[in-house]
Amino acid sequence: MASSPRPIISVQDLHKSFGPKTVLDGVNLDVGKGESLVIIGGSGTGKSVTIKCIQGLLTPDQGRIEINGENVIGMAPADRERVNSRIGMLFQAAALFDSLPVWENVAFGLLSEGRANRADARDMAIEKLALVGLDASLADLSPADLSGGMQKRVGLARAIANDPEIIFFDEPTTGLDPIMADIINDLIVAVNQKIGATALTITHDMQSAKKIGDRIAMLYQGKIIWAGPADAIDDSGNPYVDQFIHGRVEGPIKMALRA
Amino acid sequence: MNFLQMIGRVFLAFLATAGRLSIFTLSGVGHCLRPPFYFRIIGKQMIEIGYYSLPVVGLTAVFAGMVLALQSYTGFARFSAEGAIANVVVLSITRELGPVLAGLMVAGRIGAAMAAEIGTMRVTEQIDALTTLSTNPMKYLVAPRLIAGLTMMPLLVLVADIIGVFGGYLVAVHKLGFNPSNYIQNTMNFLELSDVVSGLVKASVFGFIVTLMGCYHGYHSKGGAQGVGMATTNAVVSASILILCSDYILTELFFSK
Repeated sequence: MASSPRPIISVQDLHKSFGPKTVLDGVNLDVGKGESLVIIGGSGTGKSVTIKCIQGLLTPDQGRIEINGENVIGMAPADRERVNSRIGMLFQAAALFDSLPVWENVAFGLLSEGRANRADARDMAIEKLALVGLDASLADLSPADLSGGMQKRVGLARAIANDPEIIFFDEPTTGLDPIMADIINDLIVAVNQKIGATALTITHDMQSAKKIGDRIAMLYQGKIIWAGPADAIDDSGNPYVDQFIHGRVEGPIKMALRA
Repeated sequence: MNFLQMIGRVFLAFLATAGRLSIFTLSGVGHCLRPPFYFRIIGKQMIEIGYYSLPVVGLTAVFAGMVLALQSYTGFARFSAEGAIANVVVLSITRELGPVLAGLMVAGRIGAAMAAEIGTMRVTEQIDALTTLSTNPMKYLVAPRLIAGLTMMPLLVLVADIIGVFGGYLVAVHKLGFNPSNYIQNTMNFLELSDVVSGLVKASVFGFIVTLMGCYHGYHSKGGAQGVGMATTNAVVSASILILCSDYILTELFFSK
């Protein structure tokens, strides 16, 4: 699956269970430098858990995760912070800090690492806001005063504020209207090109997946069952993938109606 | 389910909670002692706890002092010991009522607010967002609140002590007809520094308990709005109970000789 000699993110045989429920059952993933990989899959198939394991928010039961060749599982907190400072993340519901104005949200990483004073950080935040198409006049508003699409954009500005090498996108278009979703997709593509970051996206929005991704991988029952170039997904020849991308009820995937 | 099984399960759950709380406490205190310090947030929390709690705590204290003077008068008048009222008021307020009542009021005001705020941050992934922005949530959210609780509660209680004694003075002088200068004289004669200091030490411990419970329950809340509501309730109830228990233990330590 590796598309470049040395992947930036390499996940090997990842297992994670919550009590009796197995969520990840041997996930293998490689993301090459500058590549954009999209993981698709139904709700509850472990997309979010995969991404949280890679970020160190959850500790996997078994397996190996390498970021830039470094094994990050069981890393000392200081090292983990160093690794995380090279990673940006756009959360599903943006997860903006509602106690802080918009610009402080964007500049949070800079301020907390003490890399800039408040005046410079503010200027930089306004610069990043412009990059995602937001006006400087929003800088002093509270995130609660913004619409969902605007919050996503601020979240995106925050994710790219530290010029990260890796960006994670957790369902970037969920909860947005189709037009706003497309705007966010365009922004993500533009931003990835601009800062040259490696991107890992999880989504169940196929339009978004095809637009953002260079490659697509499908997660089903805790395993990657298919992976390939984004333009090959329509003729994958895999009945699970076909069913998923066309959103059919009939097929090999049986939706668990009760958890 | 088998009865023994149930006992075992409850016991194990208790041990797990005790362990989790201990680790949380140690980690929180550890982050209070190690840099970097978030002075802005510490300052904000100090104002929240110390300044904005003043009206509530002050009102509680003035009425506690007033009722104390009135009650002890009706009791002491039976054996003509009215002179001891000043003494009773000042000792009760500084040793017990000041810290305990302020602690309970702050548990309701601050503990609940902290649990709700941190709990909401947990369920909206804001705590995860902190981690991804290479900021330790224990250091950013918990440590500043613990520091603010530890330092501001004694100041708050010192003010409550003064207001409470003043409440007793008001009732004694204006209602019960005591001579003002005699009353003040009596108050000062019986009061020792150790009475006030023991109350302030208690206040500091209570401040720690309230903020710790608020942070702990908020931090471990899950499951959306209902989970946050439960965290808030748990924070206030557990803080109140712990305040009353630790009050007894501290009194035993200070005064049983």
